[in-house]
Amino acid sequence: MIRTPLRPLARVLDAREKGENPDVIEAQERAKRNQVIQSKIRHRAEFRLVVLGVAFFLAFGTIGARMAILASSEAQEPRSTASSSRILNQRADIVDRNGAVLATNLATTALYGQPPLMVDPEKAANGLADIFPDLDRKRLVADFTGGKRKFLWVKKKLSPEQRQQVYDLGEPGLLFGPREMRLYPNGRLAAHILGGASFGKEGVSSAEVIGIAGVEKQFDELLRSPELDGRALELSIDLTAQSTLRHVLSGGMKLMRAKGAAAVLMDVQTGEILSMVSLPDFDPNNRPLPPVKGDPSQSPLFNRAAQGVYELGSTFKLFTAAASLERGLVTLDTMIDTKGPIRAGGFKISDFHPMGPELPVREVIVQSSNIGTARIALAAGTDVQKAILSDMGFFEPVNVELGEASHAWPLYPKKWTDLSTMTISYGHGFAATPLHLASAYATLVNGGYRVEPTLLRQTKPRPTGKQVLSAKTSAQIRGLMRQVVVRGTASLGEAEGYEVGGKTGTADKPNPSGGYYENKVISTFASAFPMSDPKYVLVVTLDEPSIDAYGEERRTAGWTAVPVAAEIITRLAPILGLRPTVDEAGAMDYTQAKN
Amino acid sequence: MRIFLLLACCAVTISAAYWAYNENYRTQAALKRINKLQTQIANEREAISVLNAEWAYLNRPERLRDLVDLNFSDLLLVPLSSDHFGETENIAYPRQREIQVIDPISVQGVLEEAKP
Repeated sequence: MIRTPLRPLARVLDAREKGENPDVIEAQERAKRNQVIQSKIRHRAEFRLVVLGVAFFLAFGTIGARMAILASSEAQEPRSTASSSRILNQRADIVDRNGAVLATNLATTALYGQPPLMVDPEKAANGLADIFPDLDRKRLVADFTGGKRKFLWVKKKLSPEQRQQVYDLGEPGLLFGPREMRLYPNGRLAAHILGGASFGKEGVSSAEVIGIAGVEKQFDELLRSPELDGRALELSIDLTAQSTLRHVLSGGMKLMRAKGAAAVLMDVQTGEILSMVSLPDFDPNNRPLPPVKGDPSQSPLFNRAAQGVYELGSTFKLFTAAASLERGLVTLDTMIDTKGPIRAGGFKISDFHPMGPELPVREVIVQSSNIGTARIALAAGTDVQKAILSDMGFFEPVNVELGEASHAWPLYPKKWTDLSTMTISYGHGFAATPLHLASAYATLVNGGYRVEPTLLRQTKPRPTGKQVLSAKTSAQIRGLMRQVVVRGTASLGEAEGYEVGGKTGTADKPNPSGGYYENKVISTFASAFPMSDPKYVLVVTLDEPSIDAYGEERRTAGWTAVPVAAEIITRLAPILGLRPTVDEAGAMDYTQAKN
Repeated sequence: MRIFLLLACCAVTISAAYWAYNENYRTQAALKRINKLQTQIANEREAISVLNAEWAYLNRPERLRDLVDLNFSDLLLVPLSSDHFGETENIAYPRQREIQVIDPISVQGVLEEAKP
């Protein structure tokens, strides 16, 4: 490169001759040179910008292209990494407290048809109707040959044999989609607890399984989420206990000619429900549709134990007694006027049989005197009654992991008059679920601590609930309950060696058209065992029982619910691992209650 | 000198290419194998879940109860009841092995054996 000098001699000399300033020339030259440098710098900068621009364009272009590819291509599992966990989008199993399977998944296939692909649609439709007798032949033929339908589901679940039969039709327009189906291997056994599942969004290659009732619905999110990571949801249910309870209860229900029955078995400390049965029941594998007409509470889908609110009768007397004993208003020996009947507001309160002029509180409960209980409640006052019922959780739905239970609000009078206080003291005019009663009885016998029922197995001890009764009152109530069985209204309730204690309750059934039925009752036996250190409460409720005994038709709980409960306890207690004790005919408990 | 460098570079490039080529095929083979194994694992898992379900179904209490009733004459099984509980004291000790003396010489050994 030839460098031009800033002061070219020739021009400088020339300028000097002409008398001009040679510095001007230098300035011109310098400007020229600067201009060259400037343009060079600008070019370089422009080049850099272009390079940078291209680099950015390529980078963003690559990312964009990659995104477009990802968005438009089918998702694929990462194959190269070793997957140690199971397929995570599978619905988790449900097991009982000992790990026995209550609900699991089974791979099956769904059948769909594509009429345009069919060789002989009519033959295919007829063939399908032969394989599946429940399908409507005419409709199938119309759908296949009509030419309008391009796609239709034929069957949601197929057994392998049915699948083979469909294969054998050799029709290319009949296609299969893989499915996961929910299987309840124990059938009806825990139908109301498990609820059921059905298909949600359906596609050809897969379908969503969603819980539609019971625990399946309550824990739907959890069962579907990867949170459980292949582990099963552990319920507090004991499969053996559940099976025994259902077996004995259904036998008892038939024997007592009852329309329905419900039973709850609960741990008094933890509130774990070991077994809950409602009869009639259904098969969750083939869950019936909810009834469109008639009384929904008569449907097999209705959970009588957790959903059904019933007047539970004299089982409430213990709450009246507990409230008064707790506040020191009475002792077990306080004499109560049992002359009757009491007439109030056009209503007559009378006893099942005359009790004599007066009885001690102990006998009022043991012999189940309505008049006596009403007088105890009236003396204590409405506020005391409301307080004890509220402490026992009777003013709100039971907080258990069942969606159905959260709608079961107990029924009680809006205007709580003295008459209400009297009738509610022996369980009339106040309706609650057997589950309410079970948790309240657990509180009565466990030393007075509130118990929240739960359907989940508790691996660590739960925090103790609020203490609503003193240990002393709880012990007195336990003594009373034992006496009711030893020599009171529940004398048929003894189970050899298991010190059963409880309270019977017989309530007339309300007539939907007003008033009460004369000859229809709900009979209930709420019990706990073994009474010296109660472990479990059992509530048995029979709907419209009646049995002929000693030449008479009998409906009271003592003749109906109690023997069923006794049989249940006789069978269940050994299964639950309770050692039988030698009981001194209740004499020991009697003195205990006095202390 | 330069030619040597060039040749060395060529050699390195060729061997690297050869290595990469091999590695590529091995990776693909491994992926294929993984794929196959994954499918196999999935099938096995499905089979296990089917077997589990079947096991649970065959062991459902209702069926077992029916089977017990059916085979009552052989098994004589009855529901567990409170009189099935016993005391540990009531369990008999295992019977002592009787010492048979046939040969006087072996008596010593048998007695020693029986000591504990």
